[in-house]
Amino acid sequence: MAELTRELTEEEIVADVNQDYAEKYGFSDEEDYIFKSEKGLSEELVRAISKMKNEPEWMLEFRLKAYEHYLKRPLPEWGPDLHQIDFDDIYYYIKPTNDQSGSWDDVPDNIKNTFDKLGIPEAEQKFLSGVGAQYESEMIYHNIKKELEEQGVLFLGMDDALQKHPEIVKEYFNTIIPYTDNKFSALNTAVWSGGSFIYVPPGVHIEMPLQAYFRINAKNMGQFERTLIIVDEGAYVHYVEGCTAPIYTSDSFHSGVIEIYVKKGARCRYSTIQNWSTNVYNLVTQRAIAEENATMEWVDANLGSKITMKYPSVFMKGEGAHGEILSIAFASEGQHQDAGGKVVHLAPNTTSRIVSKSICQKGGRSSYRGLLKVKKGAYNVKSNVVCDALLLDAASRSDTYPYIEIDEEDVTIGHEASVSKVGEEQLFYLMSRGIPEEMAISMIVNGFLEPLVKELPMEYAIEMNRLIQLQMEGSIG
Amino acid sequence: MSIALEIKNLHASIGEQPILKGIDLLVKQGEIHALMGPNGSGKSTLAYTLAGHPAYEPTAGQVIFGGEDLLEMEADERSRAGLFLAFQYPAAVPGVTLAKFLRQTINSRRQAENPEDKGISIPAFRRLLTEKMDMLGIDHKFAGRYLNEGFSGGEKKRVEILQMATVEPKIAIMDETDSGLDIDALRIVSEGAMRLYREMNMGALVITHYQRILDYIKPDYVHIMMDGRIVESGGPDLALKLEEHGYDWLREKHGVVEEA
Repeated sequence: MAELTRELTEEEIVADVNQDYAEKYGFSDEEDYIFKSEKGLSEELVRAISKMKNEPEWMLEFRLKAYEHYLKRPLPEWGPDLHQIDFDDIYYYIKPTNDQSGSWDDVPDNIKNTFDKLGIPEAEQKFLSGVGAQYESEMIYHNIKKELEEQGVLFLGMDDALQKHPEIVKEYFNTIIPYTDNKFSALNTAVWSGGSFIYVPPGVHIEMPLQAYFRINAKNMGQFERTLIIVDEGAYVHYVEGCTAPIYTSDSFHSGVIEIYVKKGARCRYSTIQNWSTNVYNLVTQRAIAEENATMEWVDANLGSKITMKYPSVFMKGEGAHGEILSIAFASEGQHQDAGGKVVHLAPNTTSRIVSKSICQKGGRSSYRGLLKVKKGAYNVKSNVVCDALLLDAASRSDTYPYIEIDEEDVTIGHEASVSKVGEEQLFYLMSRGIPEEMAISMIVNGFLEPLVKELPMEYAIEMNRLIQLQMEGSIG
Repeated sequence: MSIALEIKNLHASIGEQPILKGIDLLVKQGEIHALMGPNGSGKSTLAYTLAGHPAYEPTAGQVIFGGEDLLEMEADERSRAGLFLAFQYPAAVPGVTLAKFLRQTINSRRQAENPEDKGISIPAFRRLLTEKMDMLGIDHKFAGRYLNEGFSGGEKKRVEILQMATVEPKIAIMDETDSGLDIDALRIVSEGAMRLYREMNMGALVITHYQRILDYIKPDYVHIMMDGRIVESGGPDLALKLEEHGYDWLREKHGVVEEA
């Protein structure tokens, strides 16, 4: 009955969840910034960002080419409607403070308070190997445990990495996700700022996760972080990102690009707990390349935002590589979560698994959009895709768009999809034992997610359950 | 204080279809009542209506439970007031372990009394669960299994009795708890139930088709339901008579037309 011990913590945490998003994450600070761009995007701004950051010429060239491509590239028409976004009404770059700091004591008070409220320094003490914190456009804090630093692990803000390790950045930047990939990878490349850079040397296992937290504070803010992770041969890292923003009536915008390279026999896990306020458009491109016998795992939980479009992908380039995508989406009133994943098998004996679970309530909408691709010559590939949706009421909607392209005969593919409603019989059964309706629904929902949540480290599993609870509050009319 | 379930002229429908057509029944704590009757006579409808299933609509009559109007309460309130239904077909709830579920049934009771209550402590709950599982011969491993998911018929019924043991009701309704059980499972389940009735001085309404469960659960009263009404009541002998002669003599006596 070891099981029982785990339940306690969960419930204790759930017990004190009586605050809603507005109180817990929806607060905002007064703006006191070093630099705030005019609204809208121009070539001048792209040049100005690069200049302020004192970047090498090659980066400016990337930015300018990407900007040009961005202008030419039409909006994607195949997903949620993006025409409602007013791209001229966004601040593309805000520099909140002069320096990135390695100590919370040096972070300006108002910003430090924000992260204190979000519990980041506390988590850093308790169970993390290192933390990065981004506020508006810049990483304002980045720190890693000394013993990891001594083993040669690099964990820096991306801008910092470009200054200190330009040769590594240059080798990988734009190679995993070229700016021509999609309109938003182009936009990100043009105006990127902040994000994390991680290099894990061969054979180094980082036991506790590294975490980055992204915070938008200003109205109409556009945040464009760029993250690059390189896991060298036989190494391991788990990177976690979280994000929140104040609730404004006007829209904000977040468009990150995350490039990951997992070398031979290495393993990388990248977990996202996305909890943007419901005025944020969240359009993110995430892709990993896995070499021989390498493993890449995406755990992608999308709970917040107005529209999310996000399909983490794994390109299995080396024989025996494994890709895994665990996707959780929760869509409530006014939200559309268009999430899923892509697995691309380029080599023989590669395996992959996609598990997607989505929950919709109060007219929220979720879509699973996934691609499974097997190239000719990638024989003995095994892949399994499971997507389940749970609808809490008749007003909500869930769709599945699975794309499968297979150019090889010797493959084993499984695909299952299901949509279910919270069953009257399940609900009645739990209530007939004295459990109030709201709690009963929340148990059914948590039970539905349990197979995925239990893959998260304890602290994040608790956080997930707490956030789901928060979403569910007042869900009974 | 002793509690009674008092059903007065209860009518109920599913959708537009009237099923219960005037039930009168009094079940007191400490009494065991058997309710028998052919398929379609409305026995399960009575059970669900009493437990508060939203699809079963009471259209006339009254049910008083512990002095309160039962039909005004939500299903969870009825349970916390001390009414229990052992389901014929318990629902599976994936991802929710039996332990978590049972703890929540206890905590929901405590929190209804006192919203500040932090719930039963882990050690206390573990002791309680171990004791009840041992009593019903349930493997401790079941605590970590998802509620009713992949359970055999016998396991489900045993777990229903485990739930009864955990929430300690005043009056229990057993809806065909004997269906789908082999003779060993039947004995374990009904002996367990019988022990609980006696230990907790529960009242019980045992719905069944067959005499055999009544070999273990000795009823004080036997009622026979046909076409939405209780047509005959008596002592334990009535069940034996039914076993021997079937329902035809009752149909004739009460002018009930056999349903197609």
